[in-house]
Amino acid sequence: MQLITVAGSPSVGKTSVILRACEWLQREGLRVGVAKFDALSTSDDQLYAQKGVPVTVGLAGALCPDHYFVSNVEDCQAWGQRQGFDVLFTESAGLCNRCSPHVAGVFAICVVDALAGVHTPKKIGPMLRLADLVVITKGDIVSQVEREVFAYHVRLANPGARALFCNGITGQGVSDLVAQLRQAPATTALEGHRLRFPMPAAVCPYCVGETAIGVTHQRGNVKKMHFVDQEQGS
Amino acid sequence: MSNIADLPLDVLQDAHPCVGEFFSTLGLDAADSRLALGEWLAQLADEDILDVGMERDQMLAHIQRLINEVANMNQTADGVVRSLTLIGGRDKAGTPETARLVVRAGEVVCIVGPTGSGKSRLLADIECLAQGDTPTGRRILIDGQPPDPERRYALDRKLVAQLSQNMNFVVDLTVREFIAMHARCRLVADPDAVTDQVIACANELTGEKFAPEVSVTQLSGGQTRALMIADVALLSAAPIVLIDEIENAGVDRRRALELLVTGSKIVFISTHDPLLALRGAQRIVIRNGGIADILATSAQERRNLNRLESLDALLLEIRERLRRGLRIEEELQWSL
Repeated sequence: MQLITVAGSPSVGKTSVILRACEWLQREGLRVGVAKFDALSTSDDQLYAQKGVPVTVGLAGALCPDHYFVSNVEDCQAWGQRQGFDVLFTESAGLCNRCSPHVAGVFAICVVDALAGVHTPKKIGPMLRLADLVVITKGDIVSQVEREVFAYHVRLANPGARALFCNGITGQGVSDLVAQLRQAPATTALEGHRLRFPMPAAVCPYCVGETAIGVTHQRGNVKKMHFVDQEQGS
Repeated sequence: MSNIADLPLDVLQDAHPCVGEFFSTLGLDAADSRLALGEWLAQLADEDILDVGMERDQMLAHIQRLINEVANMNQTADGVVRSLTLIGGRDKAGTPETARLVVRAGEVVCIVGPTGSGKSRLLADIECLAQGDTPTGRRILIDGQPPDPERRYALDRKLVAQLSQNMNFVVDLTVREFIAMHARCRLVADPDAVTDQVIACANELTGEKFAPEVSVTQLSGGQTRALMIADVALLSAAPIVLIDEIENAGVDRRRALELLVTGSKIVFISTHDPLLALRGAQRIVIRNGGIADILATSAQERRNLNRLESLDALLLEIRERLRRGLRIEEELQWSL
């Protein structure tokens, strides 16, 4: 089974892109499934179900969604094996732009949205920089100039990676996407695999339920901002 | 090539400005360091490494790839395409298309057909240089050959530029800043000169002149179209241009097409506009998702085009007078 991790900020069009790819793969007679990760709630599972794509949902609730993803991705892989899928997509939102759920040796897609502005590729961390394939959505609603500039910035943010435009509504570009997916390695088990980069560190007082504001409540892994007007002689 | 890990940071950043930009993206200050890159990475605190989201060896590999990529962009010549061949696939009912159309550089082909008949699908097939791998089964050859995958998937040196109908500007920049930004990404030798040229050219295409200092988001539909056509003609690398309708709104369509083909572009226009549909050397008729016919524009049609254009000029003139607050009270002479 090929495991494909798909990550991208909320509302960039991950679900639409995966749906278009699923339709294509199903037409080719492949068995395709999706493991959908979200923070609080999702109704995307219905969209997948409508297309006859088996889906399993994981809601992170009070936990960091990306940490939750890593804790569960192995079980999703096992579910996919039990279902006899040829391809399993995992879909998760990199909520803080710093997360990277990409696993070494597993084909990793980052979805970015051309509407987010031409400088966005610089601002997305390892989720974009360490992906194998960058899929750019909503290219049809920005100008040709912004499309070219956006593509240029993606290329500088992740030099050497494949990148392509894909329209999640019309499906334009999906044939290119599917051609790239064919090169994804098969993943038989995730035990022993490693993330491409550590998730953001956590465990400050607020992680464990503190709600009070003020320095006396801030122990553990706390990081403070620097203010230029308070810096002593340089 | 020498190992970049051994190069002093200042030398490295002088030779490759992209490396300095990369550090600043990561929020690292490496400006004046004379340390070798490898030593500098080694002395970074582990906390900084966690903050930037890349391991030291990942950063090193990234910088090497970045330098290669930029060198690559500088070396790659813009694509020259002498001809494009469209080989039919099948329509919505699965009936085979018999069409085989060769379009040469400097030619305009129009695509006509009812709304929903499949004109956009054909544009999409050309855009992705389909190789029998789209639902229509159509194939596109470049210079008589299937395009090699490197060219097909080259992201910012795409062979095909597409001007879609429902586009917006997302950035809030002046026209000059906007075109200059594109020129810098295209790595042209004199970005300022090209920028002035594009803006002057766009102003020739539209009846509503605009200043370089106006924000792109304030442009009218016609001004936007004119600017994008001038940009794609003069600044975009793509030798193939797809246009989804040029609205009547104040764009000189004839000059727009002349501008594109003098740059030896291959132009496909999907249109309902008779003035455009008859201006192409050929037009593809789409019906039920398939290519129903390919018509060459006849001599009589060309004469009719001239008459339609004078009618259009009359309409434009009336439009202009109405805009200026004048009355249209004389008996109109529709001299057909």
